[in-house]
Amino acid sequence: MNGFVVLPLLIPLVSAASSILFWRRRMIQRWLGLSSSFLLLGSGLLLLYTIREHGIQAMQVGGWPAPFGITLVADLFTGIMVTLAGLIGSAVAVYSVANIDARRETFGFHPLLQVLLMGVSGAFLTGDIFNLYVWFEVMLIASFVLLGLGGERKQLEGGFKYVTLNLVSSALFLAGVGLLYGAAGTLNMADLAVKLRNANEPALVTALAMIFLTAFGIKAAVFPLFFWLPASYHTPPVAISAVFAGLLTKVGVYAIIRVFTLVFVQDVAYTHGLILGISALTMITGVLGAAAQNDFRRILSFHIVSQIGYMTMGLGLYTSIALAGSVFYIVHHIIVKTNLFLISGIVERRTGSFQLKQMGGLYHASPLLALLFLIPAFSLAGIPPLSGFFAKFILIRAGLENEEYAIVAVALMVGLLTLFSMTKIWAEAFWKPAPNEFGPRPVHRTMWAPAVALAVLTICIGFGAGPVYELSEQTARQLMDPTAYIQAVLGVSR
Amino acid sequence: MIYLLAVVIGGLYSAGFYMMARRSLLKLVIGLALLSHATNLLIFTVSGVSRGRPPLIPDGQALAGGVSDPLPQALILTALVISFGILAFALALVLRTNESVGTDDLDEMRTTEQ
Repeated sequence: MNGFVVLPLLIPLVSAASSILFWRRRMIQRWLGLSSSFLLLGSGLLLLYTIREHGIQAMQVGGWPAPFGITLVADLFTGIMVTLAGLIGSAVAVYSVANIDARRETFGFHPLLQVLLMGVSGAFLTGDIFNLYVWFEVMLIASFVLLGLGGERKQLEGGFKYVTLNLVSSALFLAGVGLLYGAAGTLNMADLAVKLRNANEPALVTALAMIFLTAFGIKAAVFPLFFWLPASYHTPPVAISAVFAGLLTKVGVYAIIRVFTLVFVQDVAYTHGLILGISALTMITGVLGAAAQNDFRRILSFHIVSQIGYMTMGLGLYTSIALAGSVFYIVHHIIVKTNLFLISGIVERRTGSFQLKQMGGLYHASPLLALLFLIPAFSLAGIPPLSGFFAKFILIRAGLENEEYAIVAVALMVGLLTLFSMTKIWAEAFWKPAPNEFGPRPVHRTMWAPAVALAVLTICIGFGAGPVYELSEQTARQLMDPTAYIQAVLGVSR
Repeated sequence: MIYLLAVVIGGLYSAGFYMMARRSLLKLVIGLALLSHATNLLIFTVSGVSRGRPPLIPDGQALAGGVSDPLPQALILTALVISFGILAFALALVLRTNESVGTDDLDEMRTTEQ
């Protein structure tokens, strides 16, 4: 029994539940939220350390042996994702102190954030596909409320689209789970991997795979299912957008990578080839959509879509090094994208707007802010020696090794267009003279601190790319060869 | 029986998607509810429909073949609770959106996409 596998679920649960006891006492809730976020980060690191030292950890909840009970299982991929969830949770919890207004805080921002983090960690940890559906719903219901919290008109409009498309995705996912159970008679993912590997109905399994790809594709915002994302992500307060941008779509990507390395690997040429095509289209549409926007956060939202393409590209190529690239890209992207959203909040505090037209002169007003923007912006575009360069480099090398030159060309071109978008923000917000006077508005240091910390982390990943790549490569090897995963869950090697 | 259920499920799915394609907020929510009903019935049907064979084993006897599978019913129960909660939330959201935007026409809710 490895009881601490359950810690990333228990910590936010205890915090959220005790926050409800202190309803409307926002100082207590704030401290509960802050401490629980940092504890989650700590438990993620502990999990990652243990997995590296002692291999994949599995826990049979309630003592029912797999495949009958629900298994929590943590391999390296899970460990990395839980750590990142803790990191982003901590950054946003600190940032929210000054960014979330008293009214939203009173109406339960902190417990909701903890429920969201619990749902996200649960989705990463579970080894049971129906349980994955349940964690998705936990995460979604918290995100629905967070998105609508405050009840501004644009929030409700964007929120409605978000709610609708995510519910359609959930219904599809659930239908897929039901059909999968009908076909294989089990819901445990390791057991499914064993049973479907020996199944003699490849057409049926591929059809099921398509249902899952559509359901997770909506959540991950891949082409052509991404429309809800740029319609909603820029509407809530920045702290909420930042945690959504950093974590939520990545849960969809995680689910795609998990099922398409563990369960649906019968017809790789077709399914993963399709994923590769989708990746290319996702990259292109995202970056072109961003070029047409004039709102800071809407540009960033379209770039999330574009970047999702890179993450699924590694899965589409389906080699060890390509998957290592995907994992590296996810680590890089979560940190950088959250950071850019946090910075957009600081810019908004200084200039009073998210519209690029109404900004300007920030380079003179605040050189530090300009530098702080340049680090993640260059990293996103893939300028060496920042983290994004290495992430793209690995993926492109994997593409060249597989002789998939079309996707390599797309990845390189999208990198250039990303740089174009970032220069546009730079020119409009920082370089051009200010269109209207804005007085010195102090930005609270709790908003600066997480942005600076994440920027430093981006640089660290850039300069320490070796160890991060090593970790990604180990993760990819575990994903490519699920024998150890299956053995950890089912107990015996089959 | 299974063919009848298949037709009903197909009908529910098409009715659900049809309602979602309308412009009214409330019809959208009704469409979502129909989708979740269709999905629950699908899970029920996929596992095989049998009549009068409850999965109860008398003490000391082994499991006989052909009993109905209790697991899909447990899944449906879980899914029902979740979809009930989400439906309640969606209805509250319809109410608030209608108050705030002043219309229930989805085509007029485009301010966030410009």
